Amino acid sequence: MIPSFIVENSPALMVIVPLVAAFITPFIGRISSGIRSLWVGGAMAVTSAITLILAFDVYSAGTRLYVFGARAASAAIPPDSGGIPIRIIFEVDPMSALMLVITAVSGFAIVLYSLSSERSHTGLESYYTLYLLMITGILGMVSTGDIFNFFVFLEILSLASAGLIAYRIDGGVAVEAALKYFVLSTIGALAILVAIGIYYGEYNALNMAMIAARMQFSLLDQVALVLIIAALAMKCGAVPMHFWTPDAYSMAPSSITALLVVASQASLYGLFRTVFSLYNVTLNAVTVGWLIIILGVLSMVVGVTMAIPQKNVKRLMAYHAVSQTGYMLLGVGVGLAVLGNQSLLDAFGYMAMEGGIFHIINHAMYKGLLFLTAGAIFLRIGTYNLNRMGGLGHSMKWTMVFFVIGALAIAGIPPFNGFASKLMIYESVFVFNPLLAVIAMVVSILTLASFVKVFHSIFMGPKLPEFADVKEAPMPMLLGMGILALVVVLFGLFPGIVVESLITPAAHALVDQGAYISAVLGGA
Amino acid sequence: MFWNLPLIAVVVLTIIALAIIVFKKNLIKVFLGIVILESAVNLFLISLGYREGGIAPIYTNAPSTAMVLPTPQALTLTSIVIGVATSALLLSFAIIIWKKYGTIDIDRIRRLKE
Repeated sequence: MIPSFIVENSPALMVIVPLVAAFITPFIGRISSGIRSLWVGGAMAVTSAITLILAFDVYSAGTRLYVFGARAASAAIPPDSGGIPIRIIFEVDPMSALMLVITAVSGFAIVLYSLSSERSHTGLESYYTLYLLMITGILGMVSTGDIFNFFVFLEILSLASAGLIAYRIDGGVAVEAALKYFVLSTIGALAILVAIGIYYGEYNALNMAMIAARMQFSLLDQVALVLIIAALAMKCGAVPMHFWTPDAYSMAPSSITALLVVASQASLYGLFRTVFSLYNVTLNAVTVGWLIIILGVLSMVVGVTMAIPQKNVKRLMAYHAVSQTGYMLLGVGVGLAVLGNQSLLDAFGYMAMEGGIFHIINHAMYKGLLFLTAGAIFLRIGTYNLNRMGGLGHSMKWTMVFFVIGALAIAGIPPFNGFASKLMIYESVFVFNPLLAVIAMVVSILTLASFVKVFHSIFMGPKLPEFADVKEAPMPMLLGMGILALVVVLFGLFPGIVVESLITPAAHALVDQGAYISAVLGGA
Repeated sequence: MFWNLPLIAVVVLTIIALAIIVFKKNLIKVFLGIVILESAVNLFLISLGYREGGIAPIYTNAPSTAMVLPTPQALTLTSIVIGVATSALLLSFAIIIWKKYGTIDIDRIRRLKE
């Protein structure tokens, strides 16, 4: 049914299509804005379709290797290269495939939403160009098997995100937020580049599988590990380095904020990939595991306590995003702390990791949904200030339904997806260390309290006179939110199927470093 | 001893750049600090690729086939290109900040907090 040409070349196509489409968009936009909408929507639909085809293929047939500049994947190591894979490769294993699914679903839903939410703004050529570049960056980051290539896609992503955060100049305030984000991410990216230089100097390779096979965990490797963890933890908004998150998330257009959530998850993926696939058992798993657990717990507690007093609804949601990132770090950190000890790993380590990874996909869905509802409200009433809202439940019924779905999911109330992943984290972390599980539950309760307050002040109460003629959000926006809400509900209703088919292979792919290496280097 | 000189230069440049980024209040000077940091990283990559007596991998009329793999040079070129894009975006931010705020003093660019 699907031509084998597309299936075989899907890893290259999913990056090429948005990249080429991005740079054609300004020319298409000169014809008419309607054709541009069609073009951008079509390009994103094609990208999502190719990405989903690839992800399905990876889940059914195992890790996919794509070698650029060669006809077959077996040419990863040229015969005259002395056993070093010098070509750039894409290595898509189940963990990458999970991130691909997230990007494909949110990317498509958000483009639908943008088509009507941004309609009245100027400069849309650059908006869609940068949007497609962001998609390119995320897809490249999560599927590459070459560490320098990872850096390049990371920079594409940072440049495009910074441009989009500043997109609504907003009296200069949005530019200020973008400036803060971009200065930090440039310094972070340079730290990663130094780490890449260290690996190259030490192991003579840029291929992640090759570096992993030769990893010795010398002093230089420890320096490189610290640089990478610091840079990527900053990019995903973990607590001591979280201060750019609320500014950037609240000043970007809501559609972009939802995509920024996915972008932070891609950085989180990079962090996990480094720790598990590059270092794995060579590093001191207990120390690094606890480091990540502490980052996670700090993020959870600080994020939620900072969120409660906020008056700006997007700033509040941004602090909750920091807090939710903590759950993923906690879950995967517990898995890392028991790495190398097979019995503990089987007892609760895998489950903690599955909970953390499941939370990544759940978070991308419900948090994206919440930011999109905030954008829909802003479109109709023109403010993010909670004190000035009220009674919108009378006129924006669907937006209210979607908000409730997102809010209950983030607070971990059954039957929504946040409950499923949080329950897995609670159960497994309780076996590891009961105190951590208690902290996680308390944070969850505070999250619920915070969202009950927000729900009440936005939607409840009598209809306010100044919002008397407020209408429901336009159809494409509802459709975009609807896709994400549907995923949230389905994942919550059938968590067993999702965990078994999507999450467990991803967690095992992360832990099994040998498989990651041998996919490139052969049976070594 | 002498071949360590590039690496010593890398460390000195990094320290200078970080000091500028942390202590300077002028936005343009902070950007210059970032550019110096980029140069330090590029110098680090280039000095990794240096092999004494190595020849460039150009096969025409090559004296021998013992050649240097040009990967670090390729990395540096890519990193320079990314650096240009970064500087351009940072400077365009500075222009907008100057137009809207009338200052490029970091201590006075604080409207987000209010």
